[in-house]
Formats: sequence, structure tokens, C-alpha cells
Amino acid sequence: MSSPNSSAADSRSAILGRLRAAGDSGPLPALDTAVLERRQWSAAERVTRLRKGMEAVHTEFIEATPADWPAVIRAFCEREGLRNLLYGPTSEAGSALAAAWAPGGPQLKPYDRPVEDFKQELFGDIDAGFTGTVGGVAETGGLLLMPGPAEPRLMSLVPPVHIALLRASTIQDSFWSAVKALGWGRALPPNALMISGPSKTADIEQTLAYGVHGPKRLIVVLVDDLK
Amino acid sequence: MHAENEVHFRDAAAKALLDPQLRANFRRAMDGLITKRKAQFPDPRDLQDLRDLSTAIRSRSLLCLPELLEQLEASCARNGIKVHWAETCEQANQLILGILQAKGAKTLVKGKSMVSEEMHLNAFLESKGIEALESDLGEYIIQLDGETPSHIIMPAIHKNKDQIARQFSQKIKDAKYTEDVDELTAMARKVLRQKFLDADAGLSGVNFAVAETGTLCLVENEGNGRMSTHVPPLHIAVMGLEKVVARLEDVAPLYAILTRSATGQAVSTYFNLITGPRGAGEKDGPQEVHLVILDNGRSRIYADPQLRATLRCIRCGACMNHCPVYTRVGGHAYEAIYPGPIGKILTPQMEGVGVRHDLIHGSSLCGACGEVCPVEIPIPEILVRLRREATHDDMASTVAGKATGRTATEDWAWRLWAGVTKRPALYRVATWFATRFGKALPANAPLIKNWTQSRTKPVPARRSLSERMRAEGASHE
Repeated sequence: MSSPNSSAADSRSAILGRLRAAGDSGPLPALDTAVLERRQWSAAERVTRLRKGMEAVHTEFIEATPADWPAVIRAFCEREGLRNLLYGPTSEAGSALAAAWAPGGPQLKPYDRPVEDFKQELFGDIDAGFTGTVGGVAETGGLLLMPGPAEPRLMSLVPPVHIALLRASTIQDSFWSAVKALGWGRALPPNALMISGPSKTADIEQTLAYGVHGPKRLIVVLVDDLK
Repeated sequence: MHAENEVHFRDAAAKALLDPQLRANFRRAMDGLITKRKAQFPDPRDLQDLRDLSTAIRSRSLLCLPELLEQLEASCARNGIKVHWAETCEQANQLILGILQAKGAKTLVKGKSMVSEEMHLNAFLESKGIEALESDLGEYIIQLDGETPSHIIMPAIHKNKDQIARQFSQKIKDAKYTEDVDELTAMARKVLRQKFLDADAGLSGVNFAVAETGTLCLVENEGNGRMSTHVPPLHIAVMGLEKVVARLEDVAPLYAILTRSATGQAVSTYFNLITGPRGAGEKDGPQEVHLVILDNGRSRIYADPQLRATLRCIRCGACMNHCPVYTRVGGHAYEAIYPGPIGKILTPQMEGVGVRHDLIHGSSLCGACGEVCPVEIPIPEILVRLRREATHDDMASTVAGKATGRTATEDWAWRLWAGVTKRPALYRVATWFATRFGKALPANAPLIKNWTQSRTKPVPARRSLSERMRAEGASHE
């Protein structure tokens, strides 16, 4: 009788053995990536394309400048009657937001503890989450996020509203060019993702419904830093 | 054994054809998906280039499969993901049970995973006292009813909103009856949010696994995949061994063609890249991530150069959406984990051509599936090959159950046909009789009966071609 460990090792070598025994059945096909390389636009066009793609899936945009974006976010929270906004106090965008946040009104809540100490509050009492982005994708419309110690993964998922800061200069042509530009193919943190809109489903009679599990609204604060 | 199984698809399809509601649900859904996909590929050159590139990427991955799997294992280990190998579904189930028991986990929330359907994981875990809850809305709907998916992308496509409204009002505590899709979705959100919060473990499938970086890619719209893999302290991913690709760059075109082919979306809401458990200083994410790599017959399929193309599949479901048979009978009629054209070639290869002899004949061979497949799997050719394997044992191949689909009637009919066509004199006599008296053959005669049940009886021409040629000559030569 073998132990569970040795039987797992047996499976591994049996599977790999069978695959190896099958041998190669031809030369490696060449990869022609011309279809991906055709996607190239000017910086201004990238903004337009990203916006069009994301608006088509119910993402909302707010325009801002490099100087006024914290005030723009504050005004949005007040206008929408949000009680609080979850942010990462050690992230670049989070600390800039906190520095500009005047007392009173919507409350800034730092995500500064392990989720285990915070789960009930996170699921029940947070109105919105704020994150930065590491880029965007023009071709299809999408935000690139790299959650981590400064910006935990659940900030962009659990609160009913996700507010994301996107600098126009960071928008790439396509997901393919973004992977290359950001060096994602060499090394990745435990989690990275692309988001194109609020959570949605069409599982009931092909009818689109938003906010099935994740955020019901995705707000992109688009900072025009192209000038 | 095959004779008993052979009638499954035929009977189930006949029953499905008599259900106007089911036919309407599928027709509406598939027509919509065909239109949406078409709109995503306005430029035929772009589409063909993208298909060629995607096919090449998948073929390359398969050529280097053992090396890529080893590289994936090493990369995952470096990232802190524990990799397990399972030859059979039973072994995979036991592995998952072991991982859950080691953590004392009693509840599992699941993202969508066809491999876990293949394993019948939910039933297995429930028999061991562990609750396995589907969290994809479509999967949740069918799980409430004790059903299986009828489509690999849209599992509850066979139901309309009235049926779902009735079901929710009966099965969800304190739910009122409503046909409003937003309200129905909100009900499911409420139930499932609590489950994500409380679950001891989460399980997901894998759309692509990247060997170089040790990354598991998840494509989804709902966020339940992220919930299942980020909120509970333990994440278990399951994948068929063919899902690996060499580099993250390879994923970009595959992802682009997957979402467009599947639902006609340029991009999904979430494209999640998981490269490890909670890292140093991270405040959320699972403490442990495991990857279970399942064979279940795939290495046998791999051994055959022609059949290997089956493993290129990226599970987009476009072949189902475009299949005239699937559109009319729906996914359940196949009584298989993977329905539609890809299921017709995958299931007999996994389970043996004798066991699922019925499936390989449930096709008109119109070729729509092969034409639309984003990774150019020659589904019709493989179907024809499997039909031969089911009745002959004259090829060196690893297909299980060869020649077990052979029937005495078919044998007799073909032998008669060969005997007649090989003898010119006999052939002339036979055609003379067929042209003069074929019309008189009753529609319910043996062999003809199966055809005439739902079609007009074919009537032979009054004179054979050679007779007419002799009489009229070839005047337009």
C-alpha cells in the first residue's frame, strides 16, 4: 500500500511518461503576430478608444486634472451620498487622496489590517473602494491593476462602488502590448488583473444585469496628463 | 453494452424536439450569440490572422506539453502554489478532499469549472460532508434544481426567466416571486455574498496556465471567480493538463479570441491573473493556493497526431452556438459533460467510442463547428475518424472501445451494397428494379423507417443515369 504522497508522485511520472512517449509530431509552428502589431494609436486616440469600450459596458467616467483629481473624487462621493471610501493609505494614489481630504463629510477608511479583522465591516459597511491603476488598454477598454500590500485585492471587488484613478498617459494599445510594456511576462505579483466594467451577468435569459457579485458601479477618474 | 447506450442521444433528442419552450429558449439564445460574435469580427483578414495565431500558439503548447507542465510546476512552486497531479477523476477528488480535510474545511464556494463537472466533484464532496456551492449565477440556478450545465459557457441557457422566477421563489428563503431580472440577480447576490464571506475554501477552474510565470488565468464577468479565489483562506484550482501555454504574451491573442467567440464580447469584465497565495505584507488573498492537474484520458488523446487537435480547445462554446443540432435539441440531450460538437469528439475519446457511440452519429457533418472554431479544430474530420473507429479495428490508434459500435444490420447492409456495386451486371439489375419499383417500397419498411419518421420518403428517379445517357446521349458535351 503506497502512501498518498508516493501515489501522487506516481501519477506525475505516469502522466509525463505517457506524454513523452507520444513524442513530437512535427516542427514548432511559427508565430505570426502581425495581427497584434496592427493595433497602434496616438495617445489621444487611445483615450477615446478606452473610453468607448468601457462606456459600452456601463463604466462611468469623470474627467480630472493632475492637480484636482482628489477634489473631483470628494465631490463625487458627496454628490452620490457615499458615507465612506476605502483606500490604501500607503499607496501613491491613496496617500495623495488622504493628504487632500478635508475633514467632515464622507469618511476615508484605510485598509490597513488583515482582512480577517475586517471582513464583516468590509462586506457590510463600506460604500466604495478607491484604487489606483498601473495602466489601461485602448483596444478593448480596460484598467490594469496590481493589487498588493498597499492596495489589497478586495478593494476593487467587495464594495458596491469601485472608483479607479487612471492617468491617460498610462494607456497602452492592447493587452498584448501592455503585458510587454509592464514586464508582466517576466514576473508577476500574486495578483494582477484587468477590469473593463462593473460586475455583470447575462445568465438569466441573456438579459444583462449589473452588480451580481462585485461592484455595481465602476467609476474611472480619468486624469488628463497628456499635455 | 453499446446497443443500450446507443439510443440515449436519439431518444433524448427526440424528446427535446417535442418541447417548444426548450427549443425557443435555445433558438433565441444561439441566434443572439451568433449575431454578437459576427459583429466582433468585422474584418475577415483580422479574424483569420487571429485564428491562425491562436491555433499556432495552442499547437506549440501541445508540442512542448511535458516540458511546459514541468516548467509550470516549477514556476508555481517558486511562487508558493502547490501542484498536484491526478490520472483519474477519482484521484483528483481524493486529492481535493485531502487538501480540504487538512484545513478542516467544511464549506467550499466554487467558480465555474467544467473540469470539476467532469469529476462530479460536488456530489463527491457532499458525500463526504462538505458543502460545495456553485457561485456563478448560471451554475447556482441549475444547482438549485439539481441539474447539470446545458452549455459550457452559459450553463442555465435552457431556462427562461419565468422558470427561474418560480424556482427562486420556491427555493430561496424569504424570496418573493418576481420576473424582474435585476431583482432576481439581487436575490442571488445576497445569498452568495454571505457564502463567500463564510466559506472555508474556494475552488476555480483555469482558462490558461502560464508556464514561464506560474500564473493561473481566470476569465469571467461576474466577479464570483475573484470572490472564490480571494476571500476564503484556501484556494484550489483544477485544470485539464492541456491548459498550459508557454508565456503570458501567448495568452493575449487567446483571450481576445475566446471572449469574442464565446459571447461576442471584446473583453470580459475581469481577467484575473493569480500567481501565488497572499504575499508578504498583503492584507488579503488566500493563505494557500493549490493547483490540481487532471489527465482523465487526455494523455491518451495526446498520443494520436490527428486526435491531439482536440486538446487545442479553449472551451469557448462557439461550436455549440453554431451547431444546427445543438441549437434544436439543447445541451442536456447529449447526456455528456461537454455537449455539442466538441463534446461529440471529446466524450467518446475520454470514455471510449463504444460507450458513446450515439454521440458521434448526432451530427449532420455540415461543418459549421469546424468553420467557426477559433483554434481550427477539424471537428468534422475527427468525427468521421471516430465513426470509423467505432465500427472497425484496422487502425493503429489509442482510441478505446474500437469496433464495439458495429451492428449486424449495418454490416449486412454494407456487405450487400459492396456485393452489388462490385458486379456491373448485378448493379444494372438492381438499379432497374429500384427505378421501376422503388416507389412502391413502403415508408415503414425496415432501415427506411428511421429516416421516414421525420422526413419524406426518398423516391428513386424513373430511369437511372446510365439508362438516360444511353437513350439521350451526351448532347451538351
